[in-house]
Amino acid sequence: MENINLTLGILFQLCQSLLVVLLAPLLTGWVNQCRAWLQNRSGPGLLQPFRTLRKLFHKDAVIAYNASPLFRITPYILFGCMWLAAAIIPIIAVDLPFSPAADVIALVGVFALARVFIALAAMDIGTAFGTLGARREMLVSFLAEPALLMVLFTASLISQSTQLPRIVEALAHHQFVLYPSLAFAGLAFVIVLLAENARIPVDNPGTHLELTMIHEAMILEYSARHLALIEWASSLKLLAYISLGIALFFPHGIAEVGQWGALPLAIAVLLVKLTLAGAGLALLETLLAKMRIFRAPEFLGTAFLLAVLGLLIHFLLGA
Amino acid sequence: MPMSYTIQFINLLAAILLLIVFAMLSQRRILSLINLFAWQGLVLTVSTFVVAYSTGQSHLYYSAALTLLLKVLVLPWLLHRLIRKLNVRWDVETLINIPTTMLVGIALVIFAFNLAAPISQLAEGITRGLIGIALASVLLSLLMMLTRRKAISQVVGFLAMENGLFFAATSATHGMPLVVELGIALDVLVATFIFGIFFFQIRETFDSLDITHMEKLKDD
Repeated sequence: MENINLTLGILFQLCQSLLVVLLAPLLTGWVNQCRAWLQNRSGPGLLQPFRTLRKLFHKDAVIAYNASPLFRITPYILFGCMWLAAAIIPIIAVDLPFSPAADVIALVGVFALARVFIALAAMDIGTAFGTLGARREMLVSFLAEPALLMVLFTASLISQSTQLPRIVEALAHHQFVLYPSLAFAGLAFVIVLLAENARIPVDNPGTHLELTMIHEAMILEYSARHLALIEWASSLKLLAYISLGIALFFPHGIAEVGQWGALPLAIAVLLVKLTLAGAGLALLETLLAKMRIFRAPEFLGTAFLLAVLGLLIHFLLGA
Repeated sequence: MPMSYTIQFINLLAAILLLIVFAMLSQRRILSLINLFAWQGLVLTVSTFVVAYSTGQSHLYYSAALTLLLKVLVLPWLLHRLIRKLNVRWDVETLINIPTTMLVGIALVIFAFNLAAPISQLAEGITRGLIGIALASVLLSLLMMLTRRKAISQVVGFLAMENGLFFAATSATHGMPLVVELGIALDVLVATFIFGIFFFQIRETFDSLDITHMEKLKDD
């Protein structure tokens, strides 16, 4: 019985890991497509990220002659971190064998590890843009991280555990309860998601304008397969963040490990949620204007404020 | 402990009320400030209505209707008219350091929650935790009046403070007697009229609604 359970768990884990890797570029494509529609353009289609990835994988990599090994291995570390994060978050089923590997705090640590490496790699070559991008990235993330932790603490307080499967179970499988504190945490999480994934009010993923770019400035020196991995890792990060949001705030419909019958429904529900989330993200990005970099602390301060308010309201109202 | 949906809903409304006060605290545009005030009134109306429905206190229906009429329709309309006539509709206020104000705001919320904790122990009824939130929104509105320099935003702060008090009254004690509520409603209405007249006087004397001008005492 133990063995069967473990095998089933590993099967589900493989299933989820493969699914997220394939879904991630599709999600990015969907967000871009929605943005294009909202801006009255016809858009490149859902599969464009895959085409870009194929093109990049077929090219020869050009690396600066003074690049250290750190520069070469960073794309792999980045991709690995994001894939691990997406494997830990309960996306199609709870109680995956990987999930005890890290609770929510360690998950934030995984994201931080990836960030440190990309920032170091950006400074490794020694160009002005890389350093500029790395510094801005660190500024944004050091403000976003406490807000994200506060959001996760609010969810942890409600479910009395920092393990993601416990949080999801506490929210998904009990009777429906309105949590005002989670509403605040949800708002804060959206802001953090926008900031961490280089989305529009903080950063514009489509720009190469020197005054505004953050994420793009860091990866200017990368090409071919390295760039492809970084792009793929960015899509995975976006997917991981959106799934984390889904797991924390709308976990209904997720399957248990071993329930093959519930799996198609869980995947269908997941696809619907991701479609809605992607469209919502595109709408937000179209409605908001890119803000000056010096306004970003204020924006992220708001996220922190909301998260802390959620925490306080949880203590006061017990909900 | 499972709570009934009514209480959950009122808790949610209380949380939204607190959120709106924070939004007002950080809002730079006068027009948006007035819209936020109208939203606050709407949340207040809904919460009063829910309390009336759940406790079966019929006079609370009247006070909900009164709130809707006065705080969602009449007062915002009056304020809109005022800023149109004063030609300050698109004014943007330069605030001193919003993040600092926000941090002070959080400290105030913690202070209010602690202050309200013993009072909540005494209060009976469905909505004990709400006294803390009401107290917090009163203190935050006071903070808003302190940090603003434009006369209109100070008046909105004053009205928001009254909203907080009203919320405390309905949620903690199931409302005041109707006579008292009518009196307060009338007071607020008249106060807004008088403030309106003051605005014109201030502008005529100082050529601006910035009340820092009023601190200079010169007779020339």
